[in-house]
Amino acid sequence: MIKPTAIVGQIILYGAFAAFIGYFATSPTYHQIPDDAALIKLSINHLGDRECRKRTPEELEKLPRNMRAPMECPRERSDITLHVDIDGQPVLRTVMHPTGIAKDGISTVYKRFEVKAGEHQLSVKMNDNVAKPGFKFVKEEKVTLAPAQVLVIDFNPDKGGLFFQ
Amino acid sequence: MSPKLSIHDALRTRARNLFQYTEEAFDEVFGGDNNPWRHLGAMAFFFLWIVTTSGLYLYTVLDTSITGVHESIDWLTNQQWYLGGMLRSLHRYASDAFILTTLLHLAREWAFGRYYGFRLYSWVTGVPLLWLMFFSGIGGYWIVWDRLAQFSAVASTELLDWLPIFSTPAARNFLNPDAISDRFFTVLVFIHLGVPLLLILGLWAHVHRISRVDHFPARRLALGTLVALLVLALVKPAISNAPADLSIVATGLRLDWFILFIHPLTDVTSPGFVWMLLFSGTILLFVLPLLPHPAPKPVAIVDAPNCNGCSRCLADCPYAAVTMEPHPDKAGHKIAVVDADLCASCGICAGSCPSSTPFRSQEALVTGIDMPQLPVTLLRRNLEEKVRRLEGATRILVFGCDHGVDVKTLESADTAVMSLICAGMLPPAFVEYALRGGADGVLVAGCRPGGCEFRLGDRWTMERLARQREPHLRRNVPFGRLRLAQASSHDGKALAEELRQFRTQLETQAAARPLPYHRRSAPS
Ligand code: HEM
Ligand code: SF4
Ligand code: SF4
Repeated sequence: MIKPTAIVGQIILYGAFAAFIGYFATSPTYHQIPDDAALIKLSINHLGDRECRKRTPEELEKLPRNMRAPMECPRERSDITLHVDIDGQPVLRTVMHPTGIAKDGISTVYKRFEVKAGEHQLSVKMNDNVAKPGFKFVKEEKVTLAPAQVLVIDFNPDKGGLFFQ
Repeated sequence: MSPKLSIHDALRTRARNLFQYTEEAFDEVFGGDNNPWRHLGAMAFFFLWIVTTSGLYLYTVLDTSITGVHESIDWLTNQQWYLGGMLRSLHRYASDAFILTTLLHLAREWAFGRYYGFRLYSWVTGVPLLWLMFFSGIGGYWIVWDRLAQFSAVASTELLDWLPIFSTPAARNFLNPDAISDRFFTVLVFIHLGVPLLLILGLWAHVHRISRVDHFPARRLALGTLVALLVLALVKPAISNAPADLSIVATGLRLDWFILFIHPLTDVTSPGFVWMLLFSGTILLFVLPLLPHPAPKPVAIVDAPNCNGCSRCLADCPYAAVTMEPHPDKAGHKIAVVDADLCASCGICAGSCPSSTPFRSQEALVTGIDMPQLPVTLLRRNLEEKVRRLEGATRILVFGCDHGVDVKTLESADTAVMSLICAGMLPPAFVEYALRGGADGVLVAGCRPGGCEFRLGDRWTMERLARQREPHLRRNVPFGRLRLAQASSHDGKALAEELRQFRTQLETQAAARPLPYHRRSAPS
């Protein structure tokens, strides 16, 4: 026979167990960013440029017929320089290296910037061929971000290079 | 011993005491068999079964399209709360309980020092289960594809991207809504079925080396727990957060801290720190058994001429260390063979062997299976001597166990004590032998139910002495002269009290006594 005190004790302990599970299954509420913040995600995958050289007709002549490509290109890709400014402040100065042992893979970057919601001046500059000075791709724009909004900075040559979405 | 080690030992002793006091307090309320602390592995199994069965139902109603998945899960909660909604809640809460009990199980095995020697296998096979467990849990939350799923997916891939695994960041898959396809959910569900399946396989390996696995809680404990979860599911049904929207940050989330705590942890520290924690934690668990430990005790040894192949030791060995093979000398008979790697040196087999009877006439008692550190012949000699030296009106012999109360504290002129490796090492015939040799009563102190250092010793002792298991106490031994006590190492006072009561009982209620036994030869 179970003692009545034991029954009460069991009810309390089973209750405490359920309450413990139930509470931490949903609480406390988690705020990853403050309520008045927005997020800028920079995510770029891009194959750096490379220095190709036009083959001379004599050179082409020497090659087997099936290999007579007009351009001679090295496998190696260039580093990519990337600058990001938010409201005139430099938040990122980076050089993305090509992946792969032969340095022939794409370069990638993924970064998050937490900002206050509201208006911001964004400036992104990218150069995918460090042999040439300056920035080949530039995107500068004033954006208005709602609280919790995610703005993505991406790159797609088919969409005209750098773009925000 | 290095100072670092002794810090570890001190910590472990504290943790062990904490566990022990807690579970002893729970004994008052739940009783030993239904005490959750002593059956944490079984509890974890129980929760896993709840998760599996409820999960199978959820799977049948899940719509794995990107537009349908959130809705189909919400439908369960809203339109079918009494079945689908309840099962969904059970699925979630039982997962949390599974994780909680598994972590406690691990902590308890560590606190009790059960991670090296013959337990190495159980310990090492337990560690990968932790990864599978959290992997399953996190994947489960993704399937709902609500804001929480989105948050976890982004946070998990950002965490993964810290490792040099993918050539392009995996987090790019969750940059915008177009990035997700129906196929994503098919893969997700596949993983969420596959990983738990691996977990179950891993569990099979985990308990593979022990016999009579405590894989299901006692009925009242199982029922009580299930009711608690059902009430929780009714009072606080599991619900989704808003549907995922990758164009905003998922924040203000009702987070499951049992499973998804890793994301906030990454936010307040860094991905590098979290990986360091996970990898070093895992490595630490793996190398823990390699730290210096007390040398292993000698394992059980079989004596061929005294083994008749009855298989009782095989039936009682808690660690599946005994197998039966053809007898080398007796054609058509079997012989017990001990696997030294598995043997826990508990002596339970010596207590089970029919050859362990002290009434045999040889001067040196050799049994079928014996412990070199405390052979039954030594047990018999000690018993004879101690009983002979007893004086007083009511002479009692107490059998204790090295892992329980230190019975030496009970020793006096009218009380002899003998400590065994495990109470399960006691051949029942020794009780009769003591009574016929001059003791008025025998007190056997095993551990609290479920508290045996060697898993099954308390159970076998009780059953053998209650004549429910072979080798049983013979019928000519009156129960009035035998007292069974269930005492943990903290129960010194209670055991002393039990002894006092037993003595009073023996003095006031005349119980029959077995005929005196004439010894082989008068001990010198
Ligand atoms: C994933 C969930 C787990 C479940 C469901 C589980 C379940 C079990 C069960 C049922 C037993 C047998 C208990 C008995 O019959 O006395 C056991 C033993 C054991 N478990 Fe686990 N276990 C899990 C994870 C772990 C982990 C993570 C560890 C530690 C790393 C661990 C360490 C041990 C040890 C050392 C034993 C042997 C106990 C003994 O020999 O006395 N287990 N487990
Ligand atoms: S000593 Fe224990 S573990 Fe070893 S064979 Fe005997 S019963 Fe099994
Ligand atoms: S219990 Fe004794 S006699 Fe029976 S198989 Fe084991 S060792 Fe042999």
